[in-house]
Amino acid sequence: MRVTLFVPCFIDSLYPNVGMSMVHILERLGHSVDFPEEQTCCGQPPFNSGYWEEARSVAVKQIEVFKNAEVVISGSGSCGAMFKVFYPELFHGHSAEAEAKALSAKTWEFSEFLVNKLGVTDLGARFEGRATFHDGCHGLRELGTKQAPRELLSHVKGLELVEMSEAETCCGFGGTFAVKYPQISTAMAEVKCNSICETKADYVISNDSSCLMQIGGWLNRNVGSVKCLHLAEVLASR
Amino acid sequence: MSTIADLPRQQFQSDANRTANDAPRRAAVRRALSNYQTARDRTGATFTDWKSARASAATIKHEAVNHLDRYLEEFEQKFTARGGKVFWATDSKQARDYILNLAKEKGVRSIVKSKAMTGEEIHLNEALIKEGYAVVESDLGEYIQQLKGEPPYHFVFPCMHLRRDEISDLFHRELGTAKTDSPEELTMIARNVLRRAYVDADMGISGGNFIVADTGMISITENEGNARLTVGLPKIHVALIGIEKVVPCLADLALFLPMLATAGTGQHLTGYNSMYGGPRQPGEIDGPEEFHVVFLDNHRTRLLADPEQRDALHCIRCGACLNVCPIFKNIGGHTYGTTYQGPIGSVITPHFRGLEDWKHLSGASSLCGACTETCPVGIDIHHHLLHNRRNAAAQKPAAGEQLLWKAFSFLMKRPALYRLATKFAPLGGLLHPLVEGTAMDPVASWTATREFPAAPQGSFRERFRAHKAAKAELVKKGGVQ
Repeated sequence: MRVTLFVPCFIDSLYPNVGMSMVHILERLGHSVDFPEEQTCCGQPPFNSGYWEEARSVAVKQIEVFKNAEVVISGSGSCGAMFKVFYPELFHGHSAEAEAKALSAKTWEFSEFLVNKLGVTDLGARFEGRATFHDGCHGLRELGTKQAPRELLSHVKGLELVEMSEAETCCGFGGTFAVKYPQISTAMAEVKCNSICETKADYVISNDSSCLMQIGGWLNRNVGSVKCLHLAEVLASR
Repeated sequence: MSTIADLPRQQFQSDANRTANDAPRRAAVRRALSNYQTARDRTGATFTDWKSARASAATIKHEAVNHLDRYLEEFEQKFTARGGKVFWATDSKQARDYILNLAKEKGVRSIVKSKAMTGEEIHLNEALIKEGYAVVESDLGEYIQQLKGEPPYHFVFPCMHLRRDEISDLFHRELGTAKTDSPEELTMIARNVLRRAYVDADMGISGGNFIVADTGMISITENEGNARLTVGLPKIHVALIGIEKVVPCLADLALFLPMLATAGTGQHLTGYNSMYGGPRQPGEIDGPEEFHVVFLDNHRTRLLADPEQRDALHCIRCGACLNVCPIFKNIGGHTYGTTYQGPIGSVITPHFRGLEDWKHLSGASSLCGACTETCPVGIDIHHHLLHNRRNAAAQKPAAGEQLLWKAFSFLMKRPALYRLATKFAPLGGLLHPLVEGTAMDPVASWTATREFPAAPQGSFRERFRAHKAAKAELVKKGGVQ
């Protein structure tokens, strides 16, 4: 299958390993991976801030970029939800509505794509350590992703997965919320990270790098010993 | 550069600074709500299928809210046929004036009141007390908050933020009772005061959980029996209810009563569930001689006129969205500065009290969606926060912020420029000069409490290009693929 990657702007710029891990995994499975260089950002920051006109002008470009893709895979539940859930709303009644819906229909969150589209659960990965999984809210509640990442992780040799008590509690990132209401965002990070630390895990894994930026940001300032990894990075390990 | 319009937002920010740093209070609230969650999960599991119950509830409320005219008038007709009186209050002043005039006309001196958020909404107690009436809140939590001179912290659990010793100190200070650590003794202290209040009162005031159209009755659910006494003992009763509380028929309560109890407190049913159809009828031995229902609009029809957010009127005020909200858990109820706290409050307050002054509440959310997930009547709560943000930006764009997003979209629409720019500066640095040193500076806001990720060597696109080139090289050399 020809798989087209959507690598959100901050993963492109801050977490290139996440994107490369997805490339390696998909290529090992025998798929050809495509990355249209014209892609930039899904437009979620202005969208979430209420500036839908500005968001649409960015979004319409992405719709164009991915027009010929067979399937579009996102390594971020949040940016994936932007394509899948929010583009149809953003373009409701606009000229690009049909194209927005078409992009929505062919967009997959990475773990969902592996498990529910390709039917793959064992990637032959090996990763030593104790880890806990953080459900990004957009992936969990907008896309309904809960079991797929756990299914994939359960087949990783050497990995011990322990659930934290606040797995489904928001980490407090929330895009611009994190900087507009830093006191609330930080308090939420603290609750989340304390829950992570209670598990005595060495790693916290998520399918969303934006959450990991928040969690890692707090852990690195306050704890230091727990490392953040994207699901793809763990699944690509041998 | 502060204006008066900025005040609720500034107050919110400064209260949030304080409450988000109050670790012991946050921990106590989290513990209490974790107990709620356990109870709720257990009770919710006794529903054969919570999902379809939720869908049915949403359908029933949709029907009721979209035909308010029909159902409210049906109630009025049935209720007045039994001698009850109905007053339609457009706004809070009309509602207050009706109750004040009634009290004056009937020579009322003291009033006992059971829990009613509509009373908070129209500042009824303040108005009554100002006119010289003695008003006693009879719900234990509300009574404590009244003694403390504070509004409810949570619209279902009014004093959930208080520790037992704080309540004991309050009673000691205000009532002169001995300090105690026993919840039973604390309850008995309040009970002694309240029992007298029921007997002394000339008027009782309550809210109402449901307006039942086909029988012309109001339903009140509670756990302390205080609402029964409030309705049953004084000669005059006034129930102040929001117009959205209507359900078409009595049979609907078979779903809504257990649903409200489950979502609200994790109970199968609340301790007391009463139906009131009007004043004491001939031959009946108890009940008020006069029964008034005040239907409160107070901008609910403004929300009704918005087809996108109309479903917010489905709300049965169970408080579940507050109980699961990570924002509520960390800043508490008073920080919102609203009658209705938490996610649903952030949705409806801008409609009730003005978008410009209350839009910040819609911004103060990570949009995690826990509220929508838990809402028993399926209100699309967190998406409405997005809608409020959009409406606020359209109504009055914030100059600096609009410029930022215009610059952002200018860049993101130009892949070549974006590539060039990200080559030389990590993403966060790109638009930074626009806001550096201002209150909007995201870097300073982030790094005050969190580390920023280290900039990696090379972007994904650079690495991907190199990867493709290496693969092509292999193919050329006749290697794999």
